[in-house]
Amino acid sequence: MQETAITASLKMTARDVNVFYGEKQAIKNVSIDVDKDNVTAFIGPSGCGKSTFLRTLNRMNDTVAGCRVAGAIELDGEDIYASGMDVVLLRARVGMVFQKPNPFPKSIYENVAYGPRIHGLAENKSAMDHIVEKSLQRAGLWNEVKDRLHESGTALSGGQQQRLCIARAIAVDPEVILMDEPCSALDPIATAKIEELITELRGRFAIVIVTHNMQQAARISQRTAFFHLGELIEYGGTADIFTNPREPRTQDYITGRYG
Amino acid sequence: MSNIAATHGVEAPVTTEINGWKSDMMRRRVARRYAAERRFRFLGFFAVALSGGFLAVLLGTMLYQGIGGFTQTEIRLTVDFPSIAAGLTPEALSGKGAEDAMAALDLESLASASATATLGEDGPSLLSDGAWLSLRTALQDDPSLITRKAEVWVPASVDIDQAAKGADEPEADRQLAALKAKDRVQTGISMTFLSASDSTDPTVVGIWGAFKGTLLTMAITALLAFPIGMLSAVYLEEYAPRNRWTDLIEVSINNLAAVPSIIFGLLGLAVFLNFFNMPRSAPIVGGLTLALMTMPVIVIASRNAIKAVPPSIRDAALAMGASPVQVVFHHVLPLAMPGVLTGAIIGMARALGETAPLIMIGMRAFISSPPTSFTEPATVLPVQIFLWSDEVSRGFVEKTSAAIIVLLAFLMTMNATAIYLRNHFERRW
Repeated sequence: MQETAITASLKMTARDVNVFYGEKQAIKNVSIDVDKDNVTAFIGPSGCGKSTFLRTLNRMNDTVAGCRVAGAIELDGEDIYASGMDVVLLRARVGMVFQKPNPFPKSIYENVAYGPRIHGLAENKSAMDHIVEKSLQRAGLWNEVKDRLHESGTALSGGQQQRLCIARAIAVDPEVILMDEPCSALDPIATAKIEELITELRGRFAIVIVTHNMQQAARISQRTAFFHLGELIEYGGTADIFTNPREPRTQDYITGRYG
Repeated sequence: MSNIAATHGVEAPVTTEINGWKSDMMRRRVARRYAAERRFRFLGFFAVALSGGFLAVLLGTMLYQGIGGFTQTEIRLTVDFPSIAAGLTPEALSGKGAEDAMAALDLESLASASATATLGEDGPSLLSDGAWLSLRTALQDDPSLITRKAEVWVPASVDIDQAAKGADEPEADRQLAALKAKDRVQTGISMTFLSASDSTDPTVVGIWGAFKGTLLTMAITALLAFPIGMLSAVYLEEYAPRNRWTDLIEVSINNLAAVPSIIFGLLGLAVFLNFFNMPRSAPIVGGLTLALMTMPVIVIASRNAIKAVPPSIRDAALAMGASPVQVVFHHVLPLAMPGVLTGAIIGMARALGETAPLIMIGMRAFISSPPTSFTEPATVLPVQIFLWSDEVSRGFVEKTSAAIIVLLAFLMTMNATAIYLRNHFERRW
């Protein structure tokens, strides 16, 4: 009965996922569900596999030589590792924001317009202008850059660059946005802006965020998964994980005993 | 106590800590470090100055010796054209059939007869062997000359030319003085060197044939080596699996880049000439051979440039749903382009100056007319320089230097273009 309630808002499901880098197993039997309307945070100490797991969700691990994924990961019930799955379209549906802001060395406009352009989402210039403006507005960057859309995206500050990357990711209207420690290279003020932005974007996109910062996970996420040594230790409501963890290892981590 | 400690600083660390930074020993050590710094800076400056000096001497010598190659001593002849006209009208020398009519004229005899008439008995010996060519040019420019006597400037002989340019030869000096007295000699800038082709006579020799041969050869080299080299690099860097075969290919490419150029000449001889029966001495064969030689350099430089593109850009593009080809052509190649172009410049500059492989495929032939297609016999600038430097006639010395100036100018123009392109690509972002 509770099962059906969750399924109704499920966006992605992972079942018994194992990831290997050559001989080394990086992820062990992870099963997890990503909600459509919630922010899901992955926390855990360095090297626990949370970023690796995140990258399996849009098959970015395909580019890593020797990486092998076993298990089932579904997007709206569709196996994303099935042979019929087009990885190019998958990545348009499951966007990604990286740890270090990585705008293209092109103009701000071109950065945002790139995704819609390669996927043919805008029929003409004015439609593209509209997409660019809407995306920058959603990313909370429009007012800061509207007068210099044709200046280089790399000339922006770190926080602005990261919001530009978020604008770029949402410009193709993805269903899921994966964020790999998006604030770890930013100062506290820029971090606060990104967190605010994530909260605003919640509901429109399913968001999965990897973070080192437990307070951040507590502030912005509704669901939290704790990874340790490639295993999913505990997954549940953020409030439960932080106030009433079932596993002693989760308890130890969130109270700062290791990490 | 502290003084003793300072002089034996190592043995008494506690006291150096209190007084050490101002002790004599510390001062001496600092002074030694500054002296080393100055020495090193001086050595660096000296090295730069030395190489700059060598370059200046080289260029200076070439300019000094070669500048004479662009000037030509000419003698003014009074030519009696009607004496050989045999009823020819100006109309016959223009329009249809002019070539044949011109060929029928005995201009060589006319030149020597005019020289005898104008300059006396030894007149013909004062003229260049190619003097009659000037008469032909004059007639072509103005066919009406055939009906009258005219003054025509014709190139002087090598000895007169050299004497006019300061060579010390009593006989020629005397003849030159006599010509000057009659006001029948001048030395001026001549376009002949830039517009004519190879010849056995240094007074009418020119660089145009070799220059055009170089242009055609380089065009083939650039058209083949640049795209093939760049795309090979893209494939090896972006698509090829990492295994024993790609390792082998990588090692082979690195080795090929170090193979002496004459080996490529032998390869070109065996493959293009003997196996494919392509024409000897042709720019297409030269271009193919040089392309083989240049490609490894371009591949290596391009691979390094592609490798230097930050992976974060690739990730960003892939995560946007770009296909691998789009990642390469939208992001990686534009960012790698400055490096790719630098590699191409280095490779092409090397190919431009290459002599040995072209000699192997027969581009050292004596070719007196500029090539008009990729398959016609041609020679190239460096080979031309090599051939002229081997000539006995003294007039070729300055021509050799002048050809070197042309080659260097060509090289600099090519490099400047490439640097401009490189900066253009860098500025685009």
